[in-house]
Amino acid sequence: MSPTPMELRDIAKIVRRDVLTMLLEAGSGHAGGSLSSVDILVALYWEVMRVRPDRPTWEERDRLVLSKAHAAPALYAALARRGYFDVKDLLTFRKLHTKLQGFPDMHKTPGIDASVGSPGQGLSIANGIAMAAKRDGRQHRIYCLMGDGEAHEGQVWEAGMTAAHHKLDNVCAIIDRNRMMGDGGTEDIVALSPLEDKWRTFNWHVVEIDGHNVEQLTAAFSEAASVKGQPTVVIARTVKGKGVPFMENKAEWHDRKLTEDLYEEAMKALA
Amino acid sequence: MAEMGLVDFHHSVVETEATNRGYERGLIELAERGTDIIVMDADLAGSSGTSGFRKRFPDRFLDIGLCEQDMIGTAAGLSLAGKCVFVTTHGMLAAGKAWDIIRSTICYGSLNVNICGADAGLSAGAAGGSRQSLEDVAVMRTLPGMTVIVPTDAVEARKATVAAARTPGPVYIRFAAARVPIITTNLTPFTIGQAGVYRQGDDASVLSNGVMLYEALKAARLLEDEGLGVRVINCHTVKPLDRAIVNRAAVETGALVTAEEGSTIGGLGGAVAEALAQSSRPTPIKIVGIEDRFGESGEHEQLLSHFGLTSRDIASAVREVMSRKRSPEGQDAEAATDRV
Ligand SMILES: Cc1ncc(C[n+]2csc(CCOP(=O)(O)OP(=O)(O)O)c2C)c(N)n1
Ligand SMILES: [Mg+2]
Repeated sequence: MSPTPMELRDIAKIVRRDVLTMLLEAGSGHAGGSLSSVDILVALYWEVMRVRPDRPTWEERDRLVLSKAHAAPALYAALARRGYFDVKDLLTFRKLHTKLQGFPDMHKTPGIDASVGSPGQGLSIANGIAMAAKRDGRQHRIYCLMGDGEAHEGQVWEAGMTAAHHKLDNVCAIIDRNRMMGDGGTEDIVALSPLEDKWRTFNWHVVEIDGHNVEQLTAAFSEAASVKGQPTVVIARTVKGKGVPFMENKAEWHDRKLTEDLYEEAMKALA
Repeated sequence: MAEMGLVDFHHSVVETEATNRGYERGLIELAERGTDIIVMDADLAGSSGTSGFRKRFPDRFLDIGLCEQDMIGTAAGLSLAGKCVFVTTHGMLAAGKAWDIIRSTICYGSLNVNICGADAGLSAGAAGGSRQSLEDVAVMRTLPGMTVIVPTDAVEARKATVAAARTPGPVYIRFAAARVPIITTNLTPFTIGQAGVYRQGDDASVLSNGVMLYEALKAARLLEDEGLGVRVINCHTVKPLDRAIVNRAAVETGALVTAEEGSTIGGLGGAVAEALAQSSRPTPIKIVGIEDRFGESGEHEQLLSHFGLTSRDIASAVREVMSRKRSPEGQDAEAATDRV
């Protein structure tokens, strides 16, 4: 039985709290971009993706490529809560000998479908998996979660052309459109707008939604699954640092170090 | 060695600072002196050391977003139009992602673009293997005309930045985001291409740079207690390598260790080995570095120890390489054949 939207919201809150605890414990890491992706990941892993946490390498599973690899804390927390590994492991994030490396390592962490590091590279990987699936007649879908600042990278657009040209309708890209990057706002540094039009002219099916609304997210993903002959990009309007008022829309919270005091304050906001 | 103006850290508490900060000071100094400088960054100003510059000289700063390749190409154009350009990104992004553009646009045209690799070596620490850059020195060194510098501390980083602006052709300078010991002072001589002998000794030499130079000096101190005189050389410029000093160390001490915070393939160790193997006096050498693998998450200091990059590791390397030394009579030491 699938969880109700209410339950999904509770799960998202738990995942957000996990993210903060991991970042406090690690003493470094990316808060803003992790928090903005949480609802997307919860919708995917609890509602949309066909996965078996007890068999992370099951051939028929849907895949996720975390192209915005710095959101690793959000993905790790989601995987742990979904049952891929022990929640206690989250406390080892970024520490020597951990299986939860700063950036995802598929050989160390159950549930990671591709090792990733630099933003900009994930969509190409997703395309490759999707092409193989088509050749092998497999039905699984491939999701690729990207940042919006990430869309500055040229490789994103190379991959965009490839996916459309090869009609990779089993690929669904999600752009976490929080309008922020590391040094400030995307539109101030190098503008991305009109982002939807860019993807449309690249021959993608474009869906734009509120990226913190699980129902809208779920609906967008099923729309994507029904589109034939074209890849879909879900442009998810989000707030960087979502859920923690003092982090929301603040560029410095891209990767600022969390202190005990601020952690307490943040956890109160997510109580 | 008083004339080198080094910090006497054996007898006082050593101060530390990220070498990125020295980069920042060097950039500000250049602008203050009226250099027609443009500093570029690719959305990393918060950590790379350019944010202080951006604050002082906003008109001379350009954040190009996550467009490392476009940044290098744009820098080429700015340089062609006479600007003194510094581009900034992670070491592994400059050396990796932008390498072809550096090669085919900057180096092919011998352009005066200074490329700064921030957060290099293991200094990205907890971020782990994908972000740490262990290969940058090796791949940058292969590019025709590229100067490659690895400053040892923030003081030297400032000098290297200022000197790079005056050096014709492309320059790659590697910086650390982690705090590393300050061992030089404003009085310590620095010239691109000229290595510095920081400690005398005739039994073996350690050639090093970056944070490993501090470890090398500590290793020499450990070995002094065992009665060994170890020469320590700052090879801040990996390319062009100071062959005169390297050869002299080979001839006079007969055993060399190199120590660097990077891959054992193709970096400082590779440069020294290439030079020595083709010299009139091939000499036993031991390369201390990270062996053909990625880094991983951990604190910078923990990682140095995890990967065998401490003064103790350097001291063992010195003992090992000395066991392979040719005896004065020209007889090889007994162990020569079975140790590699
Ligand atoms: C190729 C590359 N460029 C830059 C970085 C450093 N970096 C990581 S994330 C990031 C900002 C990304 O912004 P965005 O994609 O909008 O992510 P979000 O806002 O979701 O955190 C930067 C500059 C990197 N690791 N690799
Ligand atoms: Mg963003």
